[in-house]
Amino acid sequence: MLDWLKSQVLALQNFVTLSGRAYVNLFRSPHYVDDIIIQMDTIGVGSLPIVLLTGFFSGATITLQMSRALNQYGASGEVGQIVAISLVRELGPVLTAVTVAGRNASGMASELGSMKVTEQIDAMRALGTDPAQKLVTPRLVAIAIVQPLLTILADAIGLFGGYIMAVLALHLTTDTQYWSSAHQALEYNDLLQGLLKPFIFAQIIALVGCYYGMFTSGGAQGVGRATTQAVVTSIVWVFVVNLFIGQFFINLR
Amino acid sequence: MTNTAQSPALPNEVLRLENITLRFEDSTALDRVSFVLHQGETCIIQGAAGSGKTVLLKIALGLIKPDEGRVFVFGQDMTAASERDWMDARARMGILFQEGGLFDSMTIEDNVGYPLENIKAVHCPPAEVRPRVEEALQFVELGHTLDKVPSELSGGMRRRVGIARAVVTRPQLVLYDSPTAGLDPITATTIMALVAKERDTRQTATALATHRYQDGHLLANYIWDPDRGELVPARGDCTAARTRFVVMGDGRLVFEGSQAELEASTDEYISQFARRWKE
Repeated sequence: MLDWLKSQVLALQNFVTLSGRAYVNLFRSPHYVDDIIIQMDTIGVGSLPIVLLTGFFSGATITLQMSRALNQYGASGEVGQIVAISLVRELGPVLTAVTVAGRNASGMASELGSMKVTEQIDAMRALGTDPAQKLVTPRLVAIAIVQPLLTILADAIGLFGGYIMAVLALHLTTDTQYWSSAHQALEYNDLLQGLLKPFIFAQIIALVGCYYGMFTSGGAQGVGRATTQAVVTSIVWVFVVNLFIGQFFINLR
Repeated sequence: MTNTAQSPALPNEVLRLENITLRFEDSTALDRVSFVLHQGETCIIQGAAGSGKTVLLKIALGLIKPDEGRVFVFGQDMTAASERDWMDARARMGILFQEGGLFDSMTIEDNVGYPLENIKAVHCPPAEVRPRVEEALQFVELGHTLDKVPSELSGGMRRRVGIARAVVTRPQLVLYDSPTAGLDPITATTIMALVAKERDTRQTATALATHRYQDGHLLANYIWDPDRGELVPARGDCTAARTRFVVMGDGRLVFEGSQAELEASTDEYISQFARRWKE
């Protein structure tokens, strides 16, 4: 039991140290701009199809599920509002984070993990670079930039999915009514929340993914373990932090 | 035999480890290991798998901090040195990692050029990077592989690129971590010839961890002949005199001495690193 606690505290310490270095390096040269761009391409452009698909189908599904309840109250015209609020505040940020975590936290953990077990991380230090600066910081910066953008796109295509379902398939409402109800439902508070969340989730994904990669041990099996743990841990933390951000914004009103 | 007492570092010392102890969670990886390497000397570090050869080399490079003991590099006390100071020291050291440690996302040219571009203390102007990379690759006879990536090369070739990357900064000390592990005997000899070539053409101090006695035997008794381009038996015992053998066992330094002393050892563990060759 004590050993287990000790290892947990040590893991936390390693995580905090690595994260601290990743942030401090933001203000320290050299800056690996090329690596940031490459990572933005891998994470951002690479995740685009899966994020758009998830967004579209969740928007359409919310509409489908809500249509019955809304019909019961004779409020089917308000479907745009429901889709807008649930997507922008919750589902857009969270679902995007989950898909990006599944795709990129694992990618980071396995890439850095296999570099670790083949001594490439050691080689990097031996040959004059700080691995946190060269590997972690560019990933952190890249994902913090692209995640809000991906979320905006997911929200937009989700609203479009809702529109297809509500107006074209179920005939719940009209064209203009759907979009105006969606537009009116959103306040600046919602938009801020909808953008702050992905910005924070992105950092969780990058730091957790890189942490598991950088502290991989035990060959190919270790890389597999690190990859799984990175995905599971980052997704759990996304949900936990999501609650706190939600709470914060509710209190704000 | 080298004196392992706590004496101040001499100027021609390249590396000095004093009473290094390193513990992992539930085991002791290194137990009060001391050893010294002078300019132009070769040290063969032998020992069974897991006896602490690799960690010893990593401590010498500052990649791992020991729990106890002191590290001197080029006569400078690095025990409490910052990563930045280590970076300067590493400019004068080269390392070949066990599997080569090449960056598999980069081309061979970028791999070999990496230390030139990234170690500030090397002071290599950008225009000189490519010629020096080519020179280092010529040295290991792989001049034609610049645009390839490590996965396109065989294990032995990757090891040779690793050597090129280790020596491209013209270091005074090169550390080799099991350069022949997992290679067939012919390729292994090619690799060892390169180790000797680097040592004899540039007079670098060499520390080589290996589990093969042949590697040490080769370095102690052969020299690189630049005219014939191959290893030739050393005349006189100049090479043997500057080659020391140490044997690690369970994190301890259990033997230190010349090849003759190693072969004369009657200790069961130590003699297996000499006997294997004779059989």
